Amino acid sequence: MEALAISLIKAVPFLGAVPVWAVALVLMVAVAAVVLAFALTFEGVGSLVLRKVAGDIQVRIGPNRVGPNGVLQFLADGVKLILKEDLTPASADRPLFKMAPYFVFVGSFAGFVVVPFGVGLIAADLNIGVYYVMAVSSLVVIGILLAGWSSNNKWALLGGMRGAAQIISYEIPVGLALIPAVMIAGSLSLQDIVRSQGGLWGIFGWNLFHNPFTFFSFFLYFTAAQAETNQTPFDLPEAESELVSGYNVEYSGIRFGYFFLAEFGDMFVVAALTTALFLGGWNIPFFHAETLPWIWGNLLSLGVFLGKAFTIVLIMMWVRWTLPRIRVDQLMRLSWKYLIPLTFFNLLGVSLWLLVFNGKGIPAMIASLFG
Amino acid sequence: MNAPADLIFFAVAGLTVAAAVLVAILPNILYSAVALLFSFAGVAGLYVFLSADFLAATQMLVYVGGILVLVLFAVFLSNRISGAKIGNPTHFRLPAALICLVLFGVLSYTAVSTPFAVKASGYLPTTADIGELLMTRYLLPFEVASVLLLAALIGAALVSRPERGAPEAGDMEEGK
Repeated sequence: MEALAISLIKAVPFLGAVPVWAVALVLMVAVAAVVLAFALTFEGVGSLVLRKVAGDIQVRIGPNRVGPNGVLQFLADGVKLILKEDLTPASADRPLFKMAPYFVFVGSFAGFVVVPFGVGLIAADLNIGVYYVMAVSSLVVIGILLAGWSSNNKWALLGGMRGAAQIISYEIPVGLALIPAVMIAGSLSLQDIVRSQGGLWGIFGWNLFHNPFTFFSFFLYFTAAQAETNQTPFDLPEAESELVSGYNVEYSGIRFGYFFLAEFGDMFVVAALTTALFLGGWNIPFFHAETLPWIWGNLLSLGVFLGKAFTIVLIMMWVRWTLPRIRVDQLMRLSWKYLIPLTFFNLLGVSLWLLVFNGKGIPAMIASLFG
Repeated sequence: MNAPADLIFFAVAGLTVAAAVLVAILPNILYSAVALLFSFAGVAGLYVFLSADFLAATQMLVYVGGILVLVLFAVFLSNRISGAKIGNPTHFRLPAALICLVLFGVLSYTAVSTPFAVKASGYLPTTADIGELLMTRYLLPFEVASVLLLAALIGAALVSRPERGAPEAGDMEEGK
């Protein structure tokens, strides 16, 4: 950001008198605003798409009243959430009740900071990118626990406890399933990981096809991440049929909106990580995105990245409306008895593969056979 | 030197210390836990100032995502829902003050007497170096710590496991 600020000062003459840090600060706020605007738009449109997909899968029409085919429904929902009264139950713990949604939203939104949208389109290319996402998402757990407890409601407390236990359990397989991509790239930075899957290989440079173990770990990650973001079939913290709505049952108005936005934000972050780590990120098949002119490289890579990420989001919605909810004990068994041993086995497999074949993937070996 | 950077540093340091004071004096143990969250976050911010990014993320992951969640769980499971009004200031004032004084003495003596390596270089990635040191020079402490944690894990599983022949045993085998 500092380098960008310095080059901006050099390019624009009347900025000469302004100190570098001020320009950098303005730039940071501007970038944050752009990312926030993207996140909120995605979360709004995502809620509409989710309901439309649900309608399709359940053979009904879905929202169709606001605007042509109901496409403006999300705006109506947003206005409604903002205008509705923000109730606090009389017996709730007021300060914690008011604070909890912010933790959840901040934990979810902070993940957007390191999402590599394109060749040069990333809010902050932290060199601990993947690890950072894991770290900030721990705020979500705190928020869910506090929301459940401070509501002073049985269902909310049960939902909060379930949510926290679930997220903590599934954090382990998620983390372990991410490591193969990190090992292949030799870096935790998401941009480096995306670049390591580039080149003229087209889709065969993707980590997904690197070797059998990475192929498997893509599915492990997707399953575990689905659970970590509390999506059906793992939506026990919300479980409408038993807990009414779980940890957010006492919330209304914009505070409920924060939980809602965070849920869709998590969905996008998971889809973006899946894309960046296993599906080649913003790499354009058969082109070097970095060698194209700046504007075309960025636009094309942004389009490729969003196309992949939105496809993953659609698949998540598809799964969500197809599978029934599993029981709590099944949930815990899946994580501790199956996913965690499998991810460990997988990690060992990838490590051995990289050691034995000197870091080469199957597509690269096949290609070297043909010279 | 750099005025805004200093300002942000003092804001982060102030947040850390103020939150830590709140942890000690708040009347409700859950409020203390939330104040602890801000204190941990402030410490992570200080690590960022020392350009120790890996350590900062670890601070968030381990302390906020692990320790603090465990604290909250412990409070939820051990009290009635309305029974969290036990605060820190009500118990063991004198011993606590003594321990704090001794600890403060030791820490401030260490801080003053240690010759810290002052490095004015800019921001450098540390993750690879940390990983390499953990796998070479500090391999033994690393492994000993992991064995210790494993022992604690097995112990916890043994303690929380129902006795053999107890009514729950059948349920456990069925995976219910």
